[in-house]
Amino acid sequence: MTSIRLSRTLAYLLSTIAAIFILFPFWITLSNALMTEAESAAYPPKLWPTGLHLDNFSGVLASIPIVRFITNSFVVSSAITIGCLITSCMAAYAFAFLRFPAKKIIFALFLSTMMIPWEVAVIPNYLTVRSWGWLDTYAGLTIPFLATAFGVFLMRQFFLQLPKELMEAARIDGCGHIRMFLRLAVPLSMPGLATLGVYSFLNHWNMYLWPLLVTSSEKMRTVQIGVSMLQFSEMTAWNLVMAGLVLVLLPSLIMLALGLGRLVGGLTAGALKG
Amino acid sequence: MENRIENTDETAPVPLQKGTLDANAESSSRTSGNSSRTASLGRFREAALAAIFIAPALLLFGIFLFYPLIQSVYLSLHSTNPRGQVANFVGLANFRNLFNSPGFPNSLMVTLKFILLTVPASLAFALAFAAVCRSRIRGMKIFRFVFALPIAVSVSTGSIMWMVLFHPTLGTLNYFLGKMGIAPVQWLTDPNMALLSISLMTVWMNIGFLFILLLGGMQSIPEEIYESAKIDGSGPVRTFWRLTLPLVSPTLFFASVTSVIGAFQAFGQINILTKGGPVNSTNVLVFKLYEDAFVNFRFGIGSAQALVLFAIVLVITVLQFVVAERKVHYQ
Repeated sequence: MTSIRLSRTLAYLLSTIAAIFILFPFWITLSNALMTEAESAAYPPKLWPTGLHLDNFSGVLASIPIVRFITNSFVVSSAITIGCLITSCMAAYAFAFLRFPAKKIIFALFLSTMMIPWEVAVIPNYLTVRSWGWLDTYAGLTIPFLATAFGVFLMRQFFLQLPKELMEAARIDGCGHIRMFLRLAVPLSMPGLATLGVYSFLNHWNMYLWPLLVTSSEKMRTVQIGVSMLQFSEMTAWNLVMAGLVLVLLPSLIMLALGLGRLVGGLTAGALKG
Repeated sequence: MENRIENTDETAPVPLQKGTLDANAESSSRTSGNSSRTASLGRFREAALAAIFIAPALLLFGIFLFYPLIQSVYLSLHSTNPRGQVANFVGLANFRNLFNSPGFPNSLMVTLKFILLTVPASLAFALAFAAVCRSRIRGMKIFRFVFALPIAVSVSTGSIMWMVLFHPTLGTLNYFLGKMGIAPVQWLTDPNMALLSISLMTVWMNIGFLFILLLGGMQSIPEEIYESAKIDGSGPVRTFWRLTLPLVSPTLFFASVTSVIGAFQAFGQINILTKGGPVNSTNVLVFKLYEDAFVNFRFGIGSAQALVLFAIVLVITVLQFVVAERKVHYQ
């Protein structure tokens, strides 16, 4: 019993130390966001704000179009997520339940896309998007990402885990594939859709290289590019930069809080059994 | 008599449709001439439907992944003018230039160091955190959320958060070092420190995703196994090495492959924090590719680097699969 209590105390102690290390950068960001300019530039650096200077947030909102950046990122991430869910579900259904020629070869082709790092394709893709006049448009930011092999494998895995008897019974009752897809497979795979949705949204919300390349005007800039521009602008007051960061972090943190349960386990399932 | 024939006609499609769930059941299609015609019609419709279902993803892969790969080969064999248009065929000169100039081999070395500095550390921390959070101790839900937090931080947000920590005079890191009587460190401007600093920040960022992945792997291990281990008097450390680690090894394997590939793709933190410097000490592959292609508009030499990157990632993926296939424990 004492050994259990000891190991439990040890677990708490180590977790707390680890948690402090993980949380520390967040804390510095938040506390600086609440400081006055003088406080945030003081030496020695202050770890606590003296008060809640919430006017930093209105200050940053007034000086850079952060709402526009957040809206852009939201539009882009949502469009990619929805598109990804649709293309993934469709392809996954075909691989799970339909018979067609060259199935294995096409499946291998899908698998092989996981070995092409996106950076390898970035130069030709930039040239393609430029030649189509898609630079600085939502189309250029979203369309290249509307399909992922990871999504296809994750959804295929969920489809294959559906009870076989249910699918067979539906077939015997004369249910066609399109109805089975829309009425059975997709609704019964909600956990998979949620996992893929949260993962895809977070991933594309955090996209950096591609938006850096294809956006040039301030009104198309996504939040990640907008944020990294904060440091280059004349406004180097840390309290304002940090207030901007807090505003940017907020949507992803909320998304994580809501979707963490879905992500744990869901991602692992897609990763391993695909 | 007619009844019986109709009966067979009606029942014939059933094994066929069952066959859709079992791709190998093809022999059943040769029952009678009539049903084989409906079967081949059904099969054609099925294949057509499959084509429609697969088309969107396949089309996107074709345009944005496979075509670029071919286009990269084409570009890598050409030189481009300052406006980024193909000028003339140069054969393998781009590749020869890459390996003969000091920049690219340096980039390879920096990337290799970066991988060694980030991947093992990220995996070790994430594994330890997941092992602690797996146990059903009260309050672990809070720790679970905390350890997952970095997944919500993008590379640009994270870089600026750490830029403040790394600041030579006003940053908290040097402040704490000073309190311990250690001289301030030039985190991002000392050529011997910069890559280490970038790695520190990257490990912190990696932990969120890896933690979630590994925790998921551990939670899929049946609780009864742990119960019986406990009854057999196995302590937490022994249980971890003998039980958790082997059973989570498929996930750990996947995590290590994605981490290595992810490290090869590092770009944002370098672009924001160091721009490849000081003296190219943080000039990783993708940053160099970006500079050559999109700052200097040398798409040819940029594409040559992209292909080398592709070859490396391909070899690593295949190697890791071959090695791990033998060592990883699948349930």
